[in-house]
This record gives sequence, structure tokens and C-alpha cells, in this order.
Amino acid sequence: MLPIRLACYGIRSVAVSCKRINIGSLSQVAREFSSDERPQFPGSRSQWTEKLEFIRPDLYDGIPVYRVMDRKGKVIDPSQDPQLSQETVIKMYKCMTQLNTMDRILYESQRQGRISFYMTNYGEEGTHIGSAAALDPKDLIFGQYREAGTLMWRGFTLDQFMNQCYGNVDDGGKGKQMPVHYGSKELNFVTISSPLGTQMPQAVGAAYAYKRSQNGLCVMCYFGEGTSSEGDAHAALNFSATLDCPVIFFCRNNGYAISTPSKEQYRGDGIAGRGPAYGMLTIRVDGNDVFAVYNATLKARQVALSEMRPVLIEAMTYRIGHHSTSDDSTAYRSVDEVRYWDERDTPIARLRHYLVQKGWWQDSQEKEWKEDCKRQVMTAFARAEKKLKPNWKEVFTDVYHEMPSHIREQMKQMEEHVQKYAEHYPLKNFSKD
Amino acid sequence: MALRNFIKRNLFLNNKCPLRISQRLSHFTFVPDTVSASEGETQRMNLFQAINNSLDIALTQDPTAVIFGEDVAFGGVFRCTVGLQEKHGKSRVFNTPLCEQGIAGFGIGAATAGATAIAEIQFADYILPAFDQICNEAAKYRYRSGGIYDCGSLTIRAPCSAVGHGAVYHSQSPEAFFAHCPGLKVVVPRGPIKAKGLLLSCIRDKNPCLFFEPKILYRSAVEQVPVKEYTMPLSKADILVEGDDITLVGWGTQVHVLREVCQLAKDQLNVSCELIDLVTILPWDKETIAQSVKKTGRLLIAHEAPLTSGFGAEIAASIQHECFLNLEAPIERVTGFDTPFPHMFEPFYMPDKWRCLEAVKKLVNY
Repeated sequence: MLPIRLACYGIRSVAVSCKRINIGSLSQVAREFSSDERPQFPGSRSQWTEKLEFIRPDLYDGIPVYRVMDRKGKVIDPSQDPQLSQETVIKMYKCMTQLNTMDRILYESQRQGRISFYMTNYGEEGTHIGSAAALDPKDLIFGQYREAGTLMWRGFTLDQFMNQCYGNVDDGGKGKQMPVHYGSKELNFVTISSPLGTQMPQAVGAAYAYKRSQNGLCVMCYFGEGTSSEGDAHAALNFSATLDCPVIFFCRNNGYAISTPSKEQYRGDGIAGRGPAYGMLTIRVDGNDVFAVYNATLKARQVALSEMRPVLIEAMTYRIGHHSTSDDSTAYRSVDEVRYWDERDTPIARLRHYLVQKGWWQDSQEKEWKEDCKRQVMTAFARAEKKLKPNWKEVFTDVYHEMPSHIREQMKQMEEHVQKYAEHYPLKNFSKD
Repeated sequence: MALRNFIKRNLFLNNKCPLRISQRLSHFTFVPDTVSASEGETQRMNLFQAINNSLDIALTQDPTAVIFGEDVAFGGVFRCTVGLQEKHGKSRVFNTPLCEQGIAGFGIGAATAGATAIAEIQFADYILPAFDQICNEAAKYRYRSGGIYDCGSLTIRAPCSAVGHGAVYHSQSPEAFFAHCPGLKVVVPRGPIKAKGLLLSCIRDKNPCLFFEPKILYRSAVEQVPVKEYTMPLSKADILVEGDDITLVGWGTQVHVLREVCQLAKDQLNVSCELIDLVTILPWDKETIAQSVKKTGRLLIAHEAPLTSGFGAEIAASIQHECFLNLEAPIERVTGFDTPFPHMFEPFYMPDKWRCLEAVKKLVNY
């Protein structure tokens, strides 16, 4: 009540109402409210200054980029080598290259009209595999759409990828969504949705639920630098910090949001520059350096869980491919620029150099693996293509937990219609079950 | 005190205050529901107390349940969460930053990860920033994942509808926007007894639910509410008054307006009205309405939300399809006008009992 009365009645009344306050506490209040030492505002109590000085962000160096290897795969500071086993590093390499091979074949299959749409991951395989390898397989992943490697690392099979892209009868998503909108309950990967950034506050809520359940797990949230401009991104970062959630925000800054280059996406120090403003632990890493990504993610996870707080990782990388099969990036960037990255700095090449230098990988293995990989992908592809689509009545399923009468009514009406006009509907492509 | 007197003496002619806000005539009279003695012990509760009770029960019985939103920690701007943080703890009842899209998204994620997430949006007028999360995400979560992921344990509550002085941004009834979104459930209680049961049903329902609470009823709606735990069925309309000549359909506050219309129609026109509270907007109980209209031959739908594409349009289209040959007159809708909700002109905007009575007259004389 006191503050309201002060506002309405003016200074004179303060003396009246203060009569009721004990003298001792009044002087304590007076001391606390002394503006001599530090500002007392509830919102911030930093320091006083009498200099009229605006912060000029262009005068500050950006947050540095953490790396382990140079472009030739040589570890610069040996203390930063995660010392992963040969088996693990080869698994990383094989996963990245298999992803790359699958991408090439599925991109082509869209060009040939076999699937409706595809998005490749060229150049960003390191961000997927490096981070996924550092997580617990049970940590929940919320992705954007260019994180297929994290699923591949966890064990999503080529068949499962293809089935979703073909939307066939074995698609876990029951043919409901466009290609690359993968999801897996067993592998703790939440189904992808097209709206950008929506996954971010969801990841925070999930992390909060995990914190309450004390299951020792964290949540991983991937997003691109373009998506970080969405309102949901701001909401997520703020909520995660204020609610102390064990979530890792992993930004794939690949330089482009479709045709929009990062210099048109933000004016500040990228996405990492925002982390401290939200009160969040932050690091920027070389996304093309699998070990840098691995180390940062591993540490982020440790901190997120031991201190129950969010961590922001901005992984710098480059989108070598087009945004999707609906995009031709030669319309907005030079072929030379793309070639530069493809030839000088890819996560696959750098890890291969590391493997070769360690004596863990030979040219003959490279050749053999390339062929084996291609063969595996092609056979999975052929299998997926032959399968029927799910029964068309799946249109009406899973809208609600139980099918309400109005949807059942519409399904029945359509059943009658399809029976009557059967020859006008592509029934032979759809399963009868 | 001196200041108060100063204002009274100098700003009003003849020492007469203009009608105080709290004295402006309410456009309806709340009619309480009653329950039979078999429901056990009851307690006098208003709407916010009944909602508070329902939330308390939900948190007591479900250890994963959490309540969050703006200002819920101290009890909420409408007191719906009073005492809950104290009783259940800070990790279960907590404030979020001021961001509706964040609240909705957070709720979806918490629900997906196994918690029972009960979100509060401070006013239904401010639910629109959360529209993307609610309609593009929550509603479609189960469908788009082939059923492997869902956020069924999410409930979002928001105060809605006219309150006498709410104006453009504290009076809206946005149910129609969400009725157009398959995958959601949308519920509007008419009083404390219904609210307690319906809210618990929404919280336990395995689909994301929106629970719009008519704010004018928070204090003015008082009933003897059973203290025990109970639920009320969703998607089941209530026939409150039986009649033969015309069917009246409404929800929330409007139900009480229509009750008076029933009485006025009986007294002045000798017309017997059947009053139905729709209760659930999505999925709605078409069966009950259709059966009633097949009996009466006339339908009047009333809602505060604007006319064009208000939920009355859906009812009208469906019922004319179901009951075409039974209709004695066109289906009538008495609603807010196709304007934003005005401040000073609220008495002229509302679908009040006189506009509704006039519509009844037109329909019976068609």
C-alpha cells in the first residue's frame, strides 16, 4: 500500500505514514536507499558513471572461434584433442560420409521426380556428428531441418530415412509430412516441423520437465542463424535462462538463410553475441571442426546438467548446398565462393586428414567405403521406392488421441465417394490395410 | 482524503458523480447451477475460487503438473492461482517472462517431455502471439509425427469476453479462431460448478485444450460447488431449459443472457424456448443441437464475438444442412458487430437480451 499512497498524496503524507515505522528500520532503509555507492534499481545495480558514453558494438572484437584442428586436420593444441578411440573417430567419419552419399542420391531422386522435395546437409556434417557424439543417446533433440546427421549417428537407418522421404507404408510419420521431416521416439528426436524456431521454446519446456523429473538428461536444440531472428528464439533464450533449464542451444551459422546472407540477418556479433545478454554461458566454435564441436558440446552438457542452466553454442560453418531442391543458389552467390569452401574447408576433409595422419585410414579403405556406402544407399533407396503408400484413410487418423464423431463422419463420406469414383483416385499406389 | 474531496467538489457538477464504473448496469443476471445432494458436501465458491480448487486438485494428484504464465506466482491478476505456489512449491507454480509465444511453446515442450503443463495467458486478447505455437504446433503435433509425439497434456487457460469496461483489448472472445484448427479442444464454462469439472477434464484430456474463462463471471458467478474431485464431459452440450418453439444456443456469459430471454419470451410472447449451453466449441456437440432444432424448427445463436465467421456461422451452416426440412425460419445469429470491441459503447455492442428477444420475435413470426 505504501508506494501507492506516496504517489497519490505527495511528500506531505510520507511523514505521516512514516510515523508508524520504527526509527531503526527507517535509517536502515535510508542507508539502503543511499545513492552514493551503487545504483539500487531492482532491474540492475551495476556502477555509476558520469561519462556520457554510448557502447559502440563495432569497436569490440567478436567472440573468438574455438577450434582444435587446422584445415589440414592437424591438432593445434594437443591438450584439446579429445583423444577419441580409432573406432569412434572412424564411426564419425563413416557417418558423415554416409550422410553425404545419402544426400547426393536423394537430391538426385528429387530431380528425377521420385520424391517431392529434399534438403542436403553438405558442409555441415561436422556440426551434426560432433555434437550428437557428445550427447547421451537419451537426451531429447529438437531440430530445425538440417540435422539429419544427428539421427544417423543415433542409428536411424537408411531405410527409415528413405521411407520418410517416400512417405511410404513404413514411414514412421505415416506419410503426413514432406521429406526430411524426420522423427523418432526410440532415438529421442522430436519430429521436425516446418515453421522455423518453434522448436526453441519447446526445447526449453522439455528441459524444464526433465529437470523436474531428475532424469539426468538434457535437451539439445538446433537452429540456424536465420531462425535466430524469429521471436520464438528470443523467447526461448530468455525463458531458458530465467527458468534455469538444462538445454543446449546449438546454432548452425552457415552463412545463409535461403538467399539471405548473414550480414542481412543481423548487425551484431552473430548469435553468440546475444548469449551473455540473456545471462547465458556462451561459446562460438568452428563448426567444420568435428573435435571442436564435440568438445564444446560435451562441456556444455556437463555444465547444463551440473549447474542446471542453459548453454549457447554458435557453430560457424558454410552451407555448401542449395537451401533445398526448390532453390538454385547460383542466383544469389558465386560458384567460386561455394567452390572455395568445398575445396578448402569441409568437416569431412579435415577429419579424413586427421585419420590419415593418425594412420587410421588408407586410400584403399576410402575407395572401398565409398563404393560400399553407395551400394547400401542405393539398395535402401530401391526398397523404399517399391513400397506402397499408407492407406489413404490415414488422412483422418491422429488428429486427436481418439477420433471424434465429426471426423469419423467425414471419413465415411469420403469412403463412399472414393468407392463411387474409384477410377479417379490413385488407389493402386496406396495400401489397402 | 483531501484530494478525493477536491476531485468530488470541483470536477462534478452539483456534487453528482457520473455513474461509477462499478455501478454500470450489468447486461445479464447470473443464474447459479445447483447440484443434487448425492454430490456430497458443497462449498460456496465463485468462478475464480472454483478454478483455483480445480488447479489445486490437479497439482495434488499429478506430481508432474505445473502451472506457469505471467504473474501466476503471487496468485494471478484474477486470483485464480492464489495459494498454489505456497502449497505446491516454486518449481511447480512459477512466473515466466512476459511472452505469450514463449509460454505456449514452453508448455508444448513440457507436455511433450511428460509433464502436465497448465499455462495461463493473462487475457485472451493476448493469445494471438501464441497462435503459431497453438495452431501450427500444438494442434498438429500428434498428426504430423504419425502419433509418436504429442502434447496432449497441455492446457492453456485465458480470461475472455466482456467485463463492462474492458474495451478493445480486455474483452475479446477468440474461440472462433481456434475452432478452425483441427487437433485442439476449446471449452467455455458458464459458472463455477461447470468450470471446476471441465477444467479438470481438460487437464486430463489427452489433447491440447484451450479453456476460456469469462472474466466477468470470476466474482459475480457464485455457486455451491461440490468439494470433491469431479470431471464434466467435454463435447457434450447442456440443455438448461426445455422448450418447444425455438432453440437458443450460447456459451459462457451469454448463457445467462439467454436465460432471461427465455423468461421474457415466455412472459411477453408466450413462446417456449429451449436453452442450450454448447460448453465445448471444438469438437462441438452437433447432435444435441440438431435434435433440438428438429423439435423446435427454429434456431437462434448468440455470441459476443463478431458476426462474420464467428462460431455461430459454423453452427448455422451445419444445422441448416442437418435440419433443412425441419426449419420454420432462417437461422438467426445475434452477435457482436463486425467491429473491434469498443469502450464507451459496450452497451450498444453486446448481443443483449433486447436484441435477442427481438430476434426471437422475428423468428416465431416468420
